[in-house]
Amino acid sequence: MTVADILAGLFPGGHDVAERPDHLILGSGRRENGGTVSIIGIDDGEPLGISGVLPLAERVLDVIAAGGNIPILVIVDTQGQRMARHDEMLGLNEYLAHLAKCLRLASHEGHPTVGLNYGKAAAGAFLATALATDVLFAMPGAEPAVMDLPSMARVTKLPEEKLKELSQTTPVFAPGLRSMIEVGAVAGSWDPAKPLSQQFEAALAAITKQDLRDMTGARRGGRKLAATIAGRVAAAAIG
Amino acid sequence: MNDMPEARVSDSASWFLSTARERIAGLLDHGSFMEFLPPTERVQSPHLALFDLPVAFDDGVIVGRGRLAGRDVLIAAQEGQFMGGTFAEVSGAKLLGLIRAARDNDKLPRAILLLLDSGGVRLQEANAGELAVAEVMRAIMEARMAGVAVIALVGGRAGAFGGAGLTAATCSRIAISEQGRTGVSGPEVIETNKGVEEFDSKDKALVWSVTGGRNRRLIGGADAYAEDTVSGFREAASSLIDRAPTFDLATLQAEQQRLSARVERFANCSTAAEMWRVLGITAPQSIRDMNDAAFVKIVADVKEASHDGR
Repeated sequence: MTVADILAGLFPGGHDVAERPDHLILGSGRRENGGTVSIIGIDDGEPLGISGVLPLAERVLDVIAAGGNIPILVIVDTQGQRMARHDEMLGLNEYLAHLAKCLRLASHEGHPTVGLNYGKAAAGAFLATALATDVLFAMPGAEPAVMDLPSMARVTKLPEEKLKELSQTTPVFAPGLRSMIEVGAVAGSWDPAKPLSQQFEAALAAITKQDLRDMTGARRGGRKLAATIAGRVAAAAIG
Repeated sequence: MNDMPEARVSDSASWFLSTARERIAGLLDHGSFMEFLPPTERVQSPHLALFDLPVAFDDGVIVGRGRLAGRDVLIAAQEGQFMGGTFAEVSGAKLLGLIRAARDNDKLPRAILLLLDSGGVRLQEANAGELAVAEVMRAIMEARMAGVAVIALVGGRAGAFGGAGLTAATCSRIAISEQGRTGVSGPEVIETNKGVEEFDSKDKALVWSVTGGRNRRLIGGADAYAEDTVSGFREAASSLIDRAPTFDLATLQAEQQRLSARVERFANCSTAAEMWRVLGITAPQSIRDMNDAAFVKIVADVKEASHDGR
């Protein structure tokens, strides 16, 4: 499924997202109830660097400044943050965090945010976009991962074969959509055989004010400890 | 709670060389630190055994409360010498619990110090670690909206990279030392993926100029410059708590403007020294060799270095 197919399915009433040479997604779509959705994202596996962050963040800030309560859809297919000395020299960490901050503020100001991962999603770019939304879904075939196994083998100095074997047993570590669902990062995957517009509306309706990803991970068994430990620390702090 | 007698850490002890526990002991008023879930509770990673790796009884993160120059604070410190100070299921959840507690209870101290010393996500627990960073970032923003000042202190051996770099930039303010380094992809990772022509990670001067504390402070990527001592970070942290920007539209619009202006101003710079020249520093090569006092004087004249867009 291409992003054009996904957008057509999400917005049968129409949208104005056009292909751009910088692979950014910027536009809006019409909901079936007549309302508007602001759409931002990154396409074609393009790495997210400082030049990509700024227009996306600006769009989010414009939505907040305009008031109202239109939702924001964040569509993501990126291999990760751009790896370049120039971007690092300018402080890429500030740029990526800035986008995440804009998305969180949007939620707080009444604009629900929905993430949709349909291709790759990795590392810092994942944190700045899809993981900064209120709720994150994925298309089947999406490949969210912190790092691929060959790179992981290099960094951990473990044989790739051993990592492959371990990745069968533990969602805490194994790359891929199933793991990301089990640990609670991704709420679920959408069914392309059913109307995407309805699945998007259902996602919007189910958004909660609290971050429940730790509880979800515990319930699904992919991240058994995090919620309990966070709760124990908070209880000790309150005394 | 931790009943062990607390060792004295001298004011002049190097932050870079100290352990996370030494940093906490030295930073806070003597005897004021109270740890939550101390090592005696053995809150440790259940995943490292799969990789035949040793565990730490605190999973490399220490959380608690204490007093900073008489003021009540919550505090968390990453131990960069255990698994690179990485975010993982347990270590991340300890940070998360502390920040959420401050967010939800206005009786708790209205300041959190995050002593970051981390290469990012622990790859052996990659998914849990990545998600922990996302949760911690969200909790920091929510705490800021609830009026909590969240201050990042960066000066340890592992620096603040990957998810830790994003976490630092999510805080209200950042203090950094000359030895402090921050960014997203570390030089080694860029060299491995893009080649030595893109980033030569063995060129120490280059690495220092790109990721190091002095560059970050000059271009406004950090808000205070600390001498590499326990007392240096104490002063920097104390001064920043009262200058925490609110988390709102005006602040983020200011940050958008600031980050856009930075791209334009430095568009033609291929080295950090060229950026410093654009900032009005007439002898950028001297930045490396001057002492801390001289550097602080230079920073005071750089307009971009100090701002409320964070």
